[in-house]
Amino acid sequence: MEAIYLDHAATTPMDPRVLEAMQPVYQEVFGNPSSVHSFGRKARQWLDAARRVMAGSIGANEKEIIFTSGGTEADNLALIGTAMANRDKGNHIITTVQEHHATLHTAEYLETQGFKVTFLPVDESGSVKVEHLEQALRDDTILVSVMYVNNETGVVQPIAEIGAVLRDHQAYFHTDAVQAFGLLDLDVTELGVDMLTVSSHKINGPKGIGFLYAADHVKLQALQFGGEQERKRRPGTENVPGAVGFQKAVELAQKNKEANQKRYQHFRQLFLDELRNENIRFDVNGEETATVPSIVNLSFPGTNVETLLMNFDLDGVAASSGSACTAGSVEPSHVLSAMFGSDHACTTNSIRFSFGSYNTEENVTEAAWRVARIVKRLTER
Amino acid sequence: MKDNKDTRVVVGMSGGVDSSVAALLLKEQGYDVVGIFMKNWDDTDEFGVCTATEDFDDVVRVCNQLDIPYYSVNFEKQYWDKVFTYFLDEYKAGRTPNPDVICNKEIKFKAFMDHAMSLGADYLATGHYAQVKEEDGRYYMLRGADDNKDQTYFLNQLSEEVLEKVMFPLGHLEKPKVREMAKKHDLVTAAKKDSTGICFIGERNFKEFLSEYLPAQPGEMQTMNGTVKGRHDGLMYYTLGQRQGLGIGGAGDPWFVVGKDLKKNVLYVEQGFANEKLYSDGLIATDVNWIHPEQITDQFTCTAKFRYRQKNSNVTVTKMEDGKARVDFANMERAVTPGQAVVFYDGDVCLGGGTIDEIIKNNRALDYVG
Repeated sequence: MEAIYLDHAATTPMDPRVLEAMQPVYQEVFGNPSSVHSFGRKARQWLDAARRVMAGSIGANEKEIIFTSGGTEADNLALIGTAMANRDKGNHIITTVQEHHATLHTAEYLETQGFKVTFLPVDESGSVKVEHLEQALRDDTILVSVMYVNNETGVVQPIAEIGAVLRDHQAYFHTDAVQAFGLLDLDVTELGVDMLTVSSHKINGPKGIGFLYAADHVKLQALQFGGEQERKRRPGTENVPGAVGFQKAVELAQKNKEANQKRYQHFRQLFLDELRNENIRFDVNGEETATVPSIVNLSFPGTNVETLLMNFDLDGVAASSGSACTAGSVEPSHVLSAMFGSDHACTTNSIRFSFGSYNTEENVTEAAWRVARIVKRLTER
Repeated sequence: MKDNKDTRVVVGMSGGVDSSVAALLLKEQGYDVVGIFMKNWDDTDEFGVCTATEDFDDVVRVCNQLDIPYYSVNFEKQYWDKVFTYFLDEYKAGRTPNPDVICNKEIKFKAFMDHAMSLGADYLATGHYAQVKEEDGRYYMLRGADDNKDQTYFLNQLSEEVLEKVMFPLGHLEKPKVREMAKKHDLVTAAKKDSTGICFIGERNFKEFLSEYLPAQPGEMQTMNGTVKGRHDGLMYYTLGQRQGLGIGGAGDPWFVVGKDLKKNVLYVEQGFANEKLYSDGLIATDVNWIHPEQITDQFTCTAKFRYRQKNSNVTVTKMEDGKARVDFANMERAVTPGQAVVFYDGDVCLGGGTIDEIIKNNRALDYVG
């Protein structure tokens, strides 16, 4: 049985064109971009070209792009880097309860370093409310971090509205746009953000690279020490092949944005229609109309995440849940807990399906049938 | 019969060498093998480190070596409710419980088995040293071939219905051979040392562990005729026949625990390994499980074990009402302990077993053993 991949929010297969773009770099452009010779300069040329494309994709300036190892590092750098560098302006930070752990755990770390952090709530729609932010905002707030699209529910957060609220406030505004890139408009000026995180492997690029956009005026302290790469904000020899692959992935994502939106929207609708045809019980978590088309989070009453995911996997459906199941410890999804309360059944019976380049009408339909068959078997026992 | 490749076997994997080799053997036999790690106890320390994480990591590595899917499941709540609560209640009652027997009955071969079946499994396999034999459509549990490792003692509460769906791939093997196979296949667990003691206590000090859950009431240590010999730290810390940790030295034979009085909070001690107070000639067992109840007559002779790794003893079993049985020993037995299991055998066939409830001597219940 062929396994069907419905977990594109976790990671995506690399586009063959990305691989093709990277291949020559490994052998022909091996120089160190910092070197003062022709090999180094050649590598630097490729790196600069990649940086230009990154900047262009979000309406930023090249100097404002900091390459990192991925989304987690970019989030860490955004939060810790600005918090530490701006202590003189205040020690209050605002984020939300439903952030990715890369942000959430970093904020918790900052609390241990003496910062005061307000975690904004979300309601059942899965969205944070601008008025809650307004209420939480203080004169000594130095940083606000709100993700653009929630990775578990796909719910789009009111980033531009928050950006507008913060326009005349000293606090920097960071958004983790990892799940938004390639599907939503990302213009840093329109959004009013000072920092923004993007990851390559979520958009069919190589793993191990991402970037943090940090506006020119942002005072940022490096988290690691070494050479002067990335204008000293992220020392370490640059991942040139990764940057070139990332560049290609960004170009493709931009070019195909509208087509992909339509395609994933169609897949999601098809998937939900097939499940409804099969007459199984399920609920959609999060305001369906407010989500990106690539993600749908479904609750299956009368089941539990552990059994569902194992059965899906054994029957060839790859999906995931927000509950972390490491070594048998089931933590209910922090996102769904925030939306519905930690004792709500959906925190332990919900699955995220995410569509992407791997999918076709046929395999989405087939996956829906497999899911329905399993849910029936588990609920009719 | 389905082909092996269409037969799904879920293997309960602990991260130890035995279950690793069990999975290896099934994989070699061409089964559709799925490895599952079961977490029953949270021992996360102050640094967030938990031995279950390390063990699961070994499961992951072995399963990847074998190229089989692996998952983890959590039965902490069920374990707490069914096994740990029982464990504490027994200690509170002054007895010496055997949590592994209950864990097998309630968790591994019930909750975990149900989970395996919900994954479309045909069989549940474990790394126990025991054997299942089918004869004319009936399923029997036999001792493991390695006399030194036989674990049927802990499996005495299984039913035939369960045995029908169970595989013990190591049952016909000797432990050194198992290690050798693990080594030959370069499994990462090949040299991992066997877990010892009760799973949730692990390497920790038993006394310290128990004191976290039950209040200890120190009291007097007396001989059977009332001579005070010292103080005890709490009756629950002692078991019949115990010699270590009494703190009574001096001349003559060493001292042994021979009984307890819960009401008076007194621990009874006597001198000499072969002290007659430690001996009994019968017992009453409760919660007796017969693997083939219809094959059990009202009275019969067989062999029995009163604790793990003990030689076979000849006994006469008389069935009683309410799932009880009276067991009369052919020879006097030393330190038969309430709370432990008594397990019956006909040759290598395990007939079932129960919990030792009362100890009998000369047709009278021994009230001093607790």
